[in-house]
Amino acid sequence: MSDKNESVDHSRRKFIKNSGIAVGGVVVGGALGSLIPHKQKTEQQQASTAKKQVNYNDALMFFTLDQFKTTEAATERIFPKDELGPGAKELGVPYYIDHQLAGPWGLNAKDYMRGPAYTAEATQGNQLLMDRREIFTLGLKGLDDYSNKKYDKNFAQLSDDQQDDVLEVFDAAKEFKLTGATTKQFFQLLRSMTIEGAYADPLYGGNKNKAGWKMRDFPGSQTGYTETIMKKEFVKIEPKSLREHMGG
Amino acid sequence: MTKKLPKVPVVIVGMGWAGGIIASELTKAGIKVVGLERGKARKTSDYYMVHDELRYAQRYEMMKDLSKETLTFRNTENMRALPMRTYGTFLDGIGTGGAGSHWNGQTYRFLPYDFEIATKTKEKYGKNKIPDGMDLQDWGITYDDLEPYYDTFEKMAGISGEEVSLYGKRSNPYPTKPMLKTPVLEMFEKATKKLGYSPYMTPSANLSENYTNPDGIARGACQYCAFCERFGCEYGAKADPVVTVLPVAEKTGKLEVRTYSNVTKILHDGNKATGVHYVNPVTREEFEQPADVVVLSSYVFNNTKLLLVSNLGKPYDSKTGQGVIGKNYCYQITGGSTLGFFKDKFNIYAGAGALGMEIPEFTGDNFDHSDLDFIHGAGIRMFQYGNRPIANNVVPEGTKAWGKEFKQTSIKYANSWLKVAVQGASMPWRTNYLDLDPNYTDEYGVPLLRMTYDYTNQDRKLTEFMAKKTGPIMKEMGAEITETQNNLEPLDISPYINTHNTGGVIMGDDPNTSAVNKYLQMWDAENVFVAGASAFPHNSSFNPTGTLGALSYLSAEGIIKYMKNGGSLV
Ligand SMILES: Cc1cc2nc3c(=O)[nH]c(=O)nc-3n(C[C@H](O)[C@H](O)[C@H](O)COP(=O)(O)OP(=O)(O)OC[C@H]3O[C@@H](n4cnc5c(N)ncnc54)[C@H](O)[C@@H]3O)c2cc1C
Ligand code: SF4
Repeated sequence: MSDKNESVDHSRRKFIKNSGIAVGGVVVGGALGSLIPHKQKTEQQQASTAKKQVNYNDALMFFTLDQFKTTEAATERIFPKDELGPGAKELGVPYYIDHQLAGPWGLNAKDYMRGPAYTAEATQGNQLLMDRREIFTLGLKGLDDYSNKKYDKNFAQLSDDQQDDVLEVFDAAKEFKLTGATTKQFFQLLRSMTIEGAYADPLYGGNKNKAGWKMRDFPGSQTGYTETIMKKEFVKIEPKSLREHMGG
Repeated sequence: MTKKLPKVPVVIVGMGWAGGIIASELTKAGIKVVGLERGKARKTSDYYMVHDELRYAQRYEMMKDLSKETLTFRNTENMRALPMRTYGTFLDGIGTGGAGSHWNGQTYRFLPYDFEIATKTKEKYGKNKIPDGMDLQDWGITYDDLEPYYDTFEKMAGISGEEVSLYGKRSNPYPTKPMLKTPVLEMFEKATKKLGYSPYMTPSANLSENYTNPDGIARGACQYCAFCERFGCEYGAKADPVVTVLPVAEKTGKLEVRTYSNVTKILHDGNKATGVHYVNPVTREEFEQPADVVVLSSYVFNNTKLLLVSNLGKPYDSKTGQGVIGKNYCYQITGGSTLGFFKDKFNIYAGAGALGMEIPEFTGDNFDHSDLDFIHGAGIRMFQYGNRPIANNVVPEGTKAWGKEFKQTSIKYANSWLKVAVQGASMPWRTNYLDLDPNYTDEYGVPLLRMTYDYTNQDRKLTEFMAKKTGPIMKEMGAEITETQNNLEPLDISPYINTHNTGGVIMGDDPNTSAVNKYLQMWDAENVFVAGASAFPHNSSFNPTGTLGALSYLSAEGIIKYMKNGGSLV
C-alpha cells in the first residue's frame, strides 16, 4: 500500500518538475496552477502521508478544485472539528458531496422536473426546475461573490468567523440574491448533504473510519439488538459498516 | 400497436397488500388471476445491503420514481396546484409487495364507532355536532360485520399484540404475544398509568416470536434491527405481501404476476369493465388485457386517478357536493406531540417499525365531546423505531441549526430524546378532495391527480386538546426539557409526516354518496372492485392497513360470489 502511495506522490513531483512550474510564491495559471498551492507539501509532510493508506475514492468526479475548496470550507463550518471529534473535512464530507452530485441525485433523476414552473406557496415544496448540480454551482459561486464583495477575498480564504457570517447571510436569504434560486435553497442543500456525509455509511465516501457514527455512539449496520434493547444501561457497540457484510 | 391478449377471469391492478390478499383468496378458490404491477419483483434476498439509511430512507430506494408520475397539491381551491416534485409528506409504493414491503407494521383495527360515525355522533350529540362542510358518513358496514375479516388478516400476518378493553370485541386473541417492552416503553407505561391511563403494546406486524400462519407460511421473529420503516426486512419477520399472501397465491399455480405493467386505463362499455390497457414502462410495449372482473388495488391515489381518467363513476364536484370519485380524501393529524430531552442515554439506536405503546383513552368517542369543538380523537403513543443518524438530529428549540453548537447538541441528545406523539383522526371536508390536474401530466401524457387539502378547524381543536395531554406525560417521564407542539400549520407537502391517505373511492350503502358497496364493488360498474384505503369514508386515528387488509378479505369473498351469481352484491 505505502509503495503505491509513494509512487503517486512521486509522479506528481516529477510532473511538476517536468512542467517547469516553480512552486512557492510564483503565481501560475491554468488548471495545474490551482492544484499546486492546495496540494503543495513539504518533504516532511510527504514522508508522513506516504505511510497512510491511499483512498482512491478521494478524487473528484464533479467539482472543480475551487468548488471543492469552497465546499470543504463551508461544510467544515456547518459541522466543525471539535473536542468531540472530526469535522466535515476530516470525515470526507466534501468528497461525499462531490460524488453524490456526480450521480443521479445531482441530476434529480427521480424527481418530477417537467414544467411549467410557477412561484409556489410556502406549503408547496420545492418548485425549482434547476437540478442539484446547478444549484450547487450557483451557490458556491455566490459564496465567493458575496465574500469578495464584503471582504475582498474568496470564501475559502476568510477567517472562521467571517465564513460563519457569510453562511448566516445565505441561510437567512435576505441580503444577497442568486439568480434562479435563493441562497436559502442552496444553503439547505449544503446543510443536509453535510449531515448525510457525516453519517451515511462510509461506502459513500463520507463518515470516514465510521468516525461520524463513533461520535454519537451509533452502531451502524448490525444484524439485530434483541439483547441490548432490553438493557437499562447504555450499551456502546463498535460500529459496523456495510463493507463488513462483504467479507474478505 | 397495442397487443390484445386472451381474456382472463380476473385482472388485479397493483400487487400490494390489497391486491396480494385478493389474489391469494381468489386463487385458493381456484380462480385464475393476472396481477399487473408497474414495478419490479421483490424478494427478501434483495435486502443484503438494506441497512443503508442513505439509499433506502433518504433516497427512497423502494419508492416510486416521481419523475414518471406524481401528484399536484394545493391547500385550497384558491391556490394553483403544483407538483410534488420531490418526496415529502407521504411515500408511494412500487414493486411487488407495494408499500407493504417497506411499511412499519403498526396494525390496528378501527373502532366500532368509526364504521357508524355519522349515526353515533347524531345520536349522542345531536345533528348540529356535525358542522356544515363536514361530509361525515357511515360505512355501510359495522365493526361486528368486519370483525372476522380483521381476525383473518391478523392471523395471516401474525400480528403481535394485546387486547384493549376500550376497543371493539375480538373473537380471538392476537396470534402472537406483544413485542418486547423495552426500558423506554416502560417509562411511558409507568407515566401513563400514574396519570390514570391504560397503556397497551401497539399491535405489530414485526413478529414478536416465530410463527406459522394458517396458510402454512413460517416466519422468524423480529431482531429489533432498527432498519424497518422504509426498508425491507431481510429476515421476513415483518409481514409483507412478498413473504405472506403472494407466495400462497403463486403456489396454487393460478396467479400470474406481470411486473413492469403500468395500467393507464380501465376499458369499459359504460356499465361494465371489459379489461385494462397497460404499458411496459421499460420496453414501452402496450397491451390490452380483457377480463371478466377488474380489481383496482393501486393505492388511494391511482385508484382514484384510474377511475377519473377512464371516465368510470361520477367525478366529485366540490361546488355542488355531487358525484363520488375523488370525494372524502382524508389525511392524518399529527399535531400536539411533546418532545423530551433527557439526562440519561437509552439504547434507542435499536428498535423496530411497530415497537411502541399507546393509550386508548382519547381515541374515537372514548371521552366526552359535549363541550369540545371536534369529534373523534387521537392515539397518544411512543415508538422506538431506532434512531438512525441522518434523520435524527433533534435539538432543543433555540439551538442553532448548524455549526459547533448544533454538532455538540445533536450528538449530546442522539441517544437521549423521546417523543410522546399524537396520531389523530381526519374528518372529511367538502373542500378536501382529489380530481385531475388541468396542467401537469405523467410520462404517458395522462393528467396527474390533483390533491386539494388543508387541515380544518376541527383538526386544530383536536391538536390543542391533545397537546394538553402529551406534555404532562412527558414531564411525568422525567424529561429535563420538554417541548410541546400546540398548533397546526397548514399542510406542507415537503416534510415527511406519514403515508396514511384515505378516501377518493369511498364505500357506503347509498350510490348517491358512495362509489363502492361494502364488498368494494362499484355501484356504477358491477364487475369493478376498488380495494384499499381509498374506500374509507373518513380516516380514524389508527394506521390504515389493518382495516384495508380486513376489507380486502371481505371484498375477495364478494368477488367470488359475484363470479358465481353476477349482479350487484347488495
Ligand atoms: C414508510 C411507510 C410506513 C408505513 N407504516 C405503516 C404502518 O405502520 N401501519 C400501517 O397501517 N400502514 C403503514 N403504512 C401505509 C401502508 O404501507 C399502506 O396503507 C399499505 O401498504 C397500502 O396497501 P395497498 O395495497 O392499498 O397499496 P400499495 O401498497 O401502495 O400497493 C399498490 C401497488 O399498486 C401498484 N400500482 C399503482 N398504480 C399502478 C398502475 N397504474 N398499474 C400497475 N400497478 C400499479 C404499485 O406499484 C403498488 O405496488 C406505511 C407506509 C409507508 C410508505
Ligand atoms: S426491526 Fe424487525 S421487522 Fe423490522 S426490519 Fe428489522 S428484523 Fe425486520
